[in-house]
Amino acid sequence: MNIVVLAKLVPDLVEELEIDDSGTALDMTWLRLIINELDDHAIEQSILLKEKTGAHVTVVAPDFEDIDDILYTASAKGADRLIKILGDYESGINNHAIARAFAPIIRELSPDLILSGVQAHDDRDGSLGALLAGYMDLPYVGYVASVAIGDGQATITKEYPGGLSAEMAVSLPAVLGIQVAEEPPRYVAVSKVRQAMKTAEIEEIDAGDFDLAGGAKVTRMFQPEVGEGATMLEGSLDDIADELVSILKELGAG
Amino acid sequence: MTAATAPASTRSFNDVFYESLFEVEDGERIRACLQCGTCSGACPFGYLMGFPPGRMIAYLRAERFENVIDSDSVWMCVSCYACTAVCPKEIPLTPGLMTRTKEEMLLAGNVPSELQDALMNSQRYGNPLGESPRKRAEWTRGLEFEVPTFREAKRAVDVLWFVSDYPSYHPRVQLTTRAMARVLKLLGVDFAILGPEENSDGDSQRLAGERGLFEMLAEKNGKALSRYEFNQVITSDPHAYNAFKNEYPKLGIEYPMQHFTEFVAERMDDLKPHLKPLEEQRVTYHDPCYLGRANDVYDAPRTILSAIPGLELVEMPHNRSTSLCCGGGGGGMWLDGFQWEKAHVRLSEWRIQEAVSVNADILAVACPYEPPRFEDAAKMVEGAGRLAVKDIAELLAESIEADA
Amino acid sequence: MSNDIYVVIEHIRGKVSEISYLMLAAGHQLAEGSGGELAAVLLGSNTENLASDLAAQKVLYFDASELADFTPGAYVQCLQGLLTTDAPRAIIFGHTSIGMEVASLLSVKTNLPLVNSCLSFSTDGGSLQYTSQLYGGKILAEGEIPGPSCLLTLVPGGYKAEDGQSSTPPPVTRVEVPDLSGQRITVTQYLEPESGDVDISTQELLVAVGRGIQLEDNIELAEELAEVLSGVVCASRPVVDQGWLPTTRLVGKSGFQVKPKIYLALGISGAPEHTEGIAGSDTIIAINTDPAAPIFNIAKYGIVEDIFDLVPLLTEKIEESR
Repeated sequence: MNIVVLAKLVPDLVEELEIDDSGTALDMTWLRLIINELDDHAIEQSILLKEKTGAHVTVVAPDFEDIDDILYTASAKGADRLIKILGDYESGINNHAIARAFAPIIRELSPDLILSGVQAHDDRDGSLGALLAGYMDLPYVGYVASVAIGDGQATITKEYPGGLSAEMAVSLPAVLGIQVAEEPPRYVAVSKVRQAMKTAEIEEIDAGDFDLAGGAKVTRMFQPEVGEGATMLEGSLDDIADELVSILKELGAG
Repeated sequence: MTAATAPASTRSFNDVFYESLFEVEDGERIRACLQCGTCSGACPFGYLMGFPPGRMIAYLRAERFENVIDSDSVWMCVSCYACTAVCPKEIPLTPGLMTRTKEEMLLAGNVPSELQDALMNSQRYGNPLGESPRKRAEWTRGLEFEVPTFREAKRAVDVLWFVSDYPSYHPRVQLTTRAMARVLKLLGVDFAILGPEENSDGDSQRLAGERGLFEMLAEKNGKALSRYEFNQVITSDPHAYNAFKNEYPKLGIEYPMQHFTEFVAERMDDLKPHLKPLEEQRVTYHDPCYLGRANDVYDAPRTILSAIPGLELVEMPHNRSTSLCCGGGGGGMWLDGFQWEKAHVRLSEWRIQEAVSVNADILAVACPYEPPRFEDAAKMVEGAGRLAVKDIAELLAESIEADA
Repeated sequence: MSNDIYVVIEHIRGKVSEISYLMLAAGHQLAEGSGGELAAVLLGSNTENLASDLAAQKVLYFDASELADFTPGAYVQCLQGLLTTDAPRAIIFGHTSIGMEVASLLSVKTNLPLVNSCLSFSTDGGSLQYTSQLYGGKILAEGEIPGPSCLLTLVPGGYKAEDGQSSTPPPVTRVEVPDLSGQRITVTQYLEPESGDVDISTQELLVAVGRGIQLEDNIELAEELAEVLSGVVCASRPVVDQGWLPTTRLVGKSGFQVKPKIYLALGISGAPEHTEGIAGSDTIIAINTDPAAPIFNIAKYGIVEDIFDLVPLLTEKIEESR
């Protein structure tokens, strides 16, 4: 059983996001990039499956910034093979371009199952995993909250609103968009990651040039006005609490 | 005990672990454990642990240490040094046994999720609170004067103030930080801070079992420190104090370090003329574990408190080396949820009860974990409604700013 | 190629999801701009009745037993055929567990561009523009909807469901269904949420907790406030994922859409996955220590304070005033 996980970096929302001079993209200067949280769940799910079934896990990621750290951490968690894909990720990259370029590379890995976070907060032109499934002509289901591997198929649960889930049978090979792993992503000690840095190898594969078709241009990127619409209550804690009590009473509560 | 001469591949986890304890300073003393149980008795959560310190050693000797690792008992430990302080054989239980066990728990992936988050944040942002490193010096904005960073100062500065995580970011503790800045300013101290170049001292993370993370943070701090010229370091944080005094030198990072109270106590003659009387109140002082028990600094804070006119200093039943931990150390700050599930009592509440029992009006503290922890606890303890929790720096600042 | 706008209707277990009406409202605006017709595309098995209150000029209906449950494969196959014969100016999907994957897969199959997370559209000056939501709601992006045909996914927040509902049933045209045999994805069963708990979607007053609550124990703070206000506690995803509250209390994308009179958001940042669940609330009051939290964009009243300081005080004062 060959599992491939596709992971990528996204801007960390802890830092304040600023727009660059062109007004059409984020200013990358102070941006911290972290692993897409749902990709972290995808990695965790793959390791859980490895622990259950002895599967082989390969983590594939675009070569950008500190991706090595992410890959070594995945190795420390139990990933068997690490691949970073080289390419020009700066000039207007989008998910179509990545999926299009990665499809033949991942096909070469003969995966039975491909996992990726169902979405990332910097997605503009669709879900990376779904696009990849499209280019690889594989079945895809997103919003997956559990994965069990059977004979030539996976049994998954897909989340719907209202707490409802659907259990589905998906024939393998397939791509799954992970919403949440069956266990929260595990912690791995820094010493283990440091060890992985010494022992694990990150392979490099060149994606070649990216075909950027599939997205839409952005003519303006901006921050919505903060507090627009909200009346901000100010003053001492006591004042605010008093005001809230009267607002609530006015609205018929309390 | 199996001889250490057996080939590595046949040595059990138990043996390997046992020997690793000898690597800590005076670690071999564990061989002399009497199984007297004093450690387990002194431990504030000993009564709840499946394996309090004494029993951990018993299991180690019985070659059943795996049982200890499989339980989550050790996560009740707040690294308060109570056991270490009372052990008749002077075994370094806290830095040795307890810390090493937590390291193994971490390696095995057995980590409560709150602690996981704090460790993740420390790695990513250089502080366990998950705040942006760029905002590390924003606390200075509430001051009437500038506090320069070393990068801004571009010159040799007398004192490097290692501000630390909670004093930098936690809103309640920032009040203390600003008070401390005002006292330093009044004393005419030439000081600067590292600001965004400062990372967590890493000591609590070390005690929570993340040795690798501690070393990574220490490395970063070491690099930042080596860029600048200064004569000494001061801090309000006993954990940073402990790191600089006892741990950083082992990594080749060595600078003279004083706790804020030690620094100020030396300058009382300069300070006294500026101290105006506060309203007459009884103040009791809580010895922080890492300033008191772990580093024997008991007098300096008391010297300062005794010098503030209007304050009557009274001692709680547990004081100095028997001080009751607030529960924040050793990762305890990030294990509250876990520990509450097991204990349904907070250590900080015991301390508040003691303060109330000596009719204190003020509980004076000298560690950044304490103001938020004790204030929270005071809300829960009957009779503690009027008890004020103040850092020594805040009391000094109040006294300085009081009307003559 | 046409100037029509298509909306792919979402329905689960016999009920049209609210997002469908929002999409129709949005589609109506786009159709006015493009000068074409608004068509709702409905796929199902014996579900023609679901078309009755859709505010569209026509309904294109695929009926097949393989469409009884949503599966991405079958939906993509049907829509692919539809788009190949006559690609409309735009096709709107929900940014949901149904729409996202269909839109993405379809984008590859039909080679049509895709813009996700659209909040609203505009048709000023003859061109069709999108405004999309990124980075957890912290950033908006604008641009032209690429022509001649484009796929879009919609997030709630820019339109009202009532603008997508009609009292007159639209005309329904049955579309030929391609051969749907050999599906690689099939539904085996549905798993209901835990029952026996309150139904938050019918509550009048909700006290919501998010990541800011920090510890499971602190939820008590919210419970106490809810009690004095005769309300119920609900939560955003991080709290439910931790197991601190059951999924029946989850508000947002994978949880419930709620429409209380009062929604008190404690320590909730306001990420889209959550706020789309509360768009129907009358009054949102948000408390958060981060003045830049997106929740303040949709709240009526905002307070930048620590919930641990404010909430107990508030609870106390409400109790005193009773």
